[in-house]
Amino acid sequence: MTDVELLLWVRGPAFDIATVILCAGMVIRFMEIFMLGRKANLAEARGSEMAGGLGTVFRRTLVDTGTFKRTPFTVVAGWLFHIGLFVIIFLFVPHILVFEGATGLSWPGLPSNIVDAFAVITIVTLLAILIHRWRDPVLRLLSEFNDYLVWLVTFTPVLTGWLAFHRVGAAPAALIAVHILSVELLMVLFPFTKLSHAFTLWVARWYNGAIAGYKGVKS
Amino acid sequence: MEKVESISVTIQKRMTPRCASPDEATSVTPTGNLIPLLHEIRHALERWLREGHSHVIDLHSLPMSPDEQRQLLDLLGEGEVSASLSALGNSEVIETAFAGVWRVTHYNDDDVLVGHFIEICQAPDILKSHPDDGRLALKQLDDLLSSVETTA
Amino acid sequence: MKKEGQTIGEVLRQRGISRRSFLKFCATTASIMALPPTMAPVIAATLEKTKRPSVIWLSFQECTGCAESLTRSHSATIEDLIFNVISLDYQHTLQACAGHFAEHIREEVIAEHDGEFILIVDGSIPLKDGGVYSTIAGMTNEQILKQTAAHAAAVVSVGTCAAYGGIPKADPNPTGAVSVADIIKDKPIINVPGCPPIPVVITGVLVQYLTFGLPELDDLGRPKAFYGHSIHDRCYRRPFYDKGLFAETFDDEGAKKGWCLYKLGCKGPTTFNACATTKWNDGTSFPIESGHPCLGCSEPDFWDAGSFYKSLSTPTGNIAEKAIYAAGAGLLAGAAIGAVHRTKKQAAVRQHRRATIDDLGEGS
Repeated sequence: MTDVELLLWVRGPAFDIATVILCAGMVIRFMEIFMLGRKANLAEARGSEMAGGLGTVFRRTLVDTGTFKRTPFTVVAGWLFHIGLFVIIFLFVPHILVFEGATGLSWPGLPSNIVDAFAVITIVTLLAILIHRWRDPVLRLLSEFNDYLVWLVTFTPVLTGWLAFHRVGAAPAALIAVHILSVELLMVLFPFTKLSHAFTLWVARWYNGAIAGYKGVKS
Repeated sequence: MEKVESISVTIQKRMTPRCASPDEATSVTPTGNLIPLLHEIRHALERWLREGHSHVIDLHSLPMSPDEQRQLLDLLGEGEVSASLSALGNSEVIETAFAGVWRVTHYNDDDVLVGHFIEICQAPDILKSHPDDGRLALKQLDDLLSSVETTA
Repeated sequence: MKKEGQTIGEVLRQRGISRRSFLKFCATTASIMALPPTMAPVIAATLEKTKRPSVIWLSFQECTGCAESLTRSHSATIEDLIFNVISLDYQHTLQACAGHFAEHIREEVIAEHDGEFILIVDGSIPLKDGGVYSTIAGMTNEQILKQTAAHAAAVVSVGTCAAYGGIPKADPNPTGAVSVADIIKDKPIINVPGCPPIPVVITGVLVQYLTFGLPELDDLGRPKAFYGHSIHDRCYRRPFYDKGLFAETFDDEGAKKGWCLYKLGCKGPTTFNACATTKWNDGTSFPIESGHPCLGCSEPDFWDAGSFYKSLSTPTGNIAEKAIYAAGAGLLAGAAIGAVHRTKKQAAVRQHRRATIDDLGEGS
């Protein structure tokens, strides 16, 4: 298979398959969550569910001082690579084109060299996170196959994307093909791993906030 | 059938080009290649004096903004010698204001610039006569002499 | 009728092309090939002494654009010079004779210059149904190519059709078109792709081959001297790409200001050719400079590489549609699966079963 043939397959049938699995998978996950429902709380409501839920969705974004004191590295590194991923995925023009192709929506992007800098920061941060996970005895004990898989499947697109942008290591068409393929792997594994937190965390926060809000406490 | 000339044409609005030309895109930022180039010429001239080794620089291969190119020509200037060649179009060989530093420009039959070189040497090779051509010329001169002598 | 083995120098003198003219030609060719200018006298000296090579040019499934490109190259002098440097003994479009006599000349050249002549090919070769979709004088292209290449010193595939199959090979490839390299396996092949290739690249490759022998080729068989850099790496609009300034349509403000054409589908990043430096029509312009994104015409299968106007990094299918159908299917499947889970949970509640650590481990 030539580079161009691989690239075409990756942009064509493979992307279709990945999209279908991602969308169907996430919808099934949500259906599972919602259909299981919650146990009815028969006590009288002391506060508002909605206010509690919505408030928590936003408030949980910031870390509380206790958590920060205990694991500053996790908090800082987590912020860094999440912001990095956001900039790379949503503010890089070739990626905005993908969204435009799929949804028709477009927005301005950042200059490519700035996104490049964010990519480097993200790669370094992700590597640091992996090393931290290995070296910390508690984390090492808790970590299982899925944790490392999720790390790999997140790291590989950023690395291959950076290589494709700089056209380093192989022919340009091959680099882009491998990058898109790694993203498709991420898409396919998304609904079945912890990665789904990207969508479910908003629901989880709302639930936590709602339960507390119903009881009249802040969460 | 209508002839092209018979179709009437009216110009409604003259377009003025507003697009960026390559010059506009690159002339804003000078490349900074002018000073290194001058150093290369200086280095080559010193080497020629010391070892007799000549050097050719192809200006086509060095990116320079139009301003820098003009500056280069102004700085090198013109000396005493200027030769024009007629070979597959015109060519010009000029010694710059600096002895030993020559400028060779080649044009094709349509007077489009096809080559621009700086040669550091006693004289560019293209000016010199080749012995093979000389041998042919010798034969031709012999023929000429014999025809002139017989008619005299 | 045996042809004399004249050197190129002798032929040039006969045609009235002086040594100086030739030196000038070599200097400008070396410049185009990005060789050090000190190579020009080497090229001149070598070519002068070289026996004038015989060239057979075979045209197969092609549009003649490559031959047209070559004969429009630079000024008449370069084209004229090339036809003096080489002895173009057989070429359909340019030769005066036709019919059996023309074929006889081809056979004669093969016999007299066995193992020495250069074979230039443009156009792809159809193989389907025994190759009947392109025949000359009763022979299929495949037969002619095999027969002629067997005696050639080297083969130069001019144009993307000869190099990689080109437009005849594009989906659905009704004639079973293939490239020269798909058929000839035992001779050195130099690919000079492009649709058409830049004229001075064609002549430059010939001069390079005659002077230095086989040039350094990349993994697609193209001379690195001309195909070593991508359009993207030499494009004058690159500063706009780096700054994130793109034209969105062909006539918006960005397009008028000459911004990068990546969003309009430019294949510059994955295309290797000399267009951005050598340009076309005596260095006048090239597609991007004229406002049109690069098609990638010197790459294999560029006709089938997705739309010319869709950027390389975008999916080719209708993603929105797939996503909606998938979500719909997910709803149905999710409802079914959810119902199963719900039933399980209700049964557990009725039986007062408690959740254990194993239940928590299920799924992620």
